[in-house]
Amino acid sequence: MSSKLEELQAYLNSHLEGKFTSSVLAWGELSLEIPVRSWLDVCNFLRHDEQTQFEQLSDLCGVDYSTYGQAEWDTQASSTGFSRAVPAQAPDLFDFDQVKAQATASETATTKRFAVVIHLLSLKHNRRIRLRTFCEDHTYPVVPSIVRIWSSANWYEREAFDLVGIMFNYHPDLRRILTDYGFIGHPLRKDFPLAGQVEMRYDPLQRRVIYEPVSIVTQPSVPRVIRQDQPSIASQESSR
Amino acid sequence: MPEIRNFTLNFGPAHPAAHGVLRLVLEMDGEMIVRADPHIGLLHRGTEKLVESKPYNQSIGYMDRLDYVSMMCNEHSYVLAIEKLLGIDVPIRAQYIRVMFDEITRILNHLLWIAGHGLDVGAMTMFLYAFREREDLMDAYEAVSGARLHATYYRPGGVNRDLPASMPQYVKTKWRDDSEVKRQNANRQGSLLDFLEDFTERFPSKVDEYETLLTDNRIWKQRLVDIGIVSPERALQMGFTGPMLRGSGVEWDLRKKQPYEVYSQLDFDIPVGTNGDCYDRYLVRMAELRQSNRLIKQCIDWLRHHPGPVRSDNHKVTPPKRAEMKHDMEALIHHFKLMTEGYCLPVGEAYAAIEHPKGEFACYLISDGANKPYRLKIRAPGFAHLSGMNEMACGHMLSDVVAIIGSQDIVFGEVDR
Repeated sequence: MSSKLEELQAYLNSHLEGKFTSSVLAWGELSLEIPVRSWLDVCNFLRHDEQTQFEQLSDLCGVDYSTYGQAEWDTQASSTGFSRAVPAQAPDLFDFDQVKAQATASETATTKRFAVVIHLLSLKHNRRIRLRTFCEDHTYPVVPSIVRIWSSANWYEREAFDLVGIMFNYHPDLRRILTDYGFIGHPLRKDFPLAGQVEMRYDPLQRRVIYEPVSIVTQPSVPRVIRQDQPSIASQESSR
Repeated sequence: MPEIRNFTLNFGPAHPAAHGVLRLVLEMDGEMIVRADPHIGLLHRGTEKLVESKPYNQSIGYMDRLDYVSMMCNEHSYVLAIEKLLGIDVPIRAQYIRVMFDEITRILNHLLWIAGHGLDVGAMTMFLYAFREREDLMDAYEAVSGARLHATYYRPGGVNRDLPASMPQYVKTKWRDDSEVKRQNANRQGSLLDFLEDFTERFPSKVDEYETLLTDNRIWKQRLVDIGIVSPERALQMGFTGPMLRGSGVEWDLRKKQPYEVYSQLDFDIPVGTNGDCYDRYLVRMAELRQSNRLIKQCIDWLRHHPGPVRSDNHKVTPPKRAEMKHDMEALIHHFKLMTEGYCLPVGEAYAAIEHPKGEFACYLISDGANKPYRLKIRAPGFAHLSGMNEMACGHMLSDVVAIIGSQDIVFGEVDR
C-alpha cells in the first residue's frame, strides 16, 4: 500500500510542481497541503488524470485549528518527578467569557485558522489521498467549491459551512444543514462553548417557545493534557 | 382557466416511512416529484463536538449511538483510527472476534432494513420474520457485552472481554411453563459459539423464507424494479458506497479491496447488481446476508480452536487485570492513569474506513498529542446516500419516494450525528 503511495507521491511531485506546499506520507496515508489559489486545479487534475483518477470524494470536513496543541493542564517532568499540575494558558472550553476573550485574541493572530480537508478515493488504482487547504482570511474564510468536480461535495460543503463557518465560492445552495432553522454560530469552532449559547423552553406566560442563554454549567471531568515527556506508546510496543 | 402550479408537500418529519426524523420537502407536479429537498439535522446531537471534550476511551459509547442499528461497526472504525495512530497490535483472537461481530452486526442491520423496507412497501410479514432472527443476534450481543444494542464492546487494543462460556437462560414465570422454558433454552446449553453456530445452521433457510416471500413477489417487484436507477458513474460521483454502489454494478468492497483485521484470510464473495435500481439493491443485501453467515461460520471455527488473549497487554492503553492490581503497584498506577486521564495519542491524523453494513463508514481523527481528539470527523455513508435523494427521486411518483428511502437504508443517527 505505501509503496503505491510513494509512487503516487513521486508522480505528483513531478506533475503538480509548485501547486502544493507539502506532501507528507505518514501512517500509510498521503496528505498534500495546497494553497487556496490552486485548490480547484489540483482537484481537477486528481479527478481526471489517468494516473491518479480519484473518482470519489469520500469525505470533506472543515477544521478549526485555533487551539491546536494547547493543553488545559500543565506539569513539568524533571529528573526527580513531576511538578504540581497547574491550569495551562489555554482557555477553559467551558467558560464562555474566557473562550470569547481567547477568540478575540486569535482574531489578531497571524496563524491560519480554518482548513478544509478532503479525502479522495480512487477505485481504479485502489488508493486514497488527503488534501488540505488553509483559508487565507480567518475572519471570512473562503474556499472555492468543488461541487462541479464531485457532486457529493454539495452536502459536505453545506455541513462544513454550517458547523465550522467556511464559505464556499460558487456553491449552488449554501444553506445550513445540520443545525436548527435560525441557528446562530458555528458549533465546531473552538470558541463555541460545548453546552451551546442558547437553550429553548416553552414559556407558559407568553404561551410560546422561547430561547434564553444557557443556564446549565458544564464542568470538564478530565482536563486536556499533552504529555510530551511520555515516550510514545508504539515505541514501547516495539521494544517488547 | 385556473392557473396550474406545482404543489409543495411536506413529507415527515413524523411520517412512519421517513425512517426516523427525515423532513422531505417535495415539489410535486401532480403526483410526480420535481424536486426533493431533504431537511436533516433533527437528530443532530453534536457527537463530533462532544468527542472533543472527552478522553478517547470515553467516546466509544457515542459511536454506538451513531448508526444505532449497526453498533459495533461504528465502534470498529473509531477504534481502528486510534489504533492506527497508536501503532499498537491487536491480538489475532480479538481480530476474529471483531470480524465475527461485524458480520453479526451486518445481519442485524440488513434484517432491520428488510423489516422496515418491507413494511414501507407493504410486506407486513417481513417485519415479524426479521425481528424473530434479530432477537437471537441481540442475545449474542447481550451475552458478550451486557447490552442488547449499545454494546461499547470494542476497545483500542482488542475487545472488552473474551466470549462467554455459557449463555443466559430463560426462567420459568407465570406466563412461561417448564416445557416452554425447556424449548427456549434448547440451543442455550453450550457457549456463545455453540449458540451462534446453531444460528448459522438455520439462518440460510430463513433467508430462503424471506426470498420466497419477496423475490418473485409480483407486488414487491412492481414497487421496486426500475425505481431509483443510479448509473455506476453517478453512484461514484454522489459518493455512494456499500450496497448502494454494488447495486449499480461496481464491485467495490473494502473488506476485499483494502482488507482490515483478518478479512484477507476469510473466504467470501461480493454480490453485485446490474441495473442499479431498488430491486437490485434488495438482491445485493439479501446475498450479503448469506455471505455474512458464511463469514460468521468461518470465524466460529477458528475461534473454537484458538484460545488466547483478546486484549493487547500494553497497559498504557488497556486496563490491567483486576487480580494483578491487588499486588502490583505499576498495574495500579496504569489503571488509575488510564481511568482518569486516559492516554495521549501522538501528533498526527488518521482516516480509518471500514465496510459498514451501509457503506464506507470512516473516522477521520486529528490528534495534537493530547488525551482527547482535536477533531473527529465521522464520515457516515447515509449522509452521502441521502444527498443523492433529489437525483434519485426526480421524475418518480410519490409512493416511489418511500421505496427509495427504504432502499437507501437511511438511519438518522449517522446522517445527523
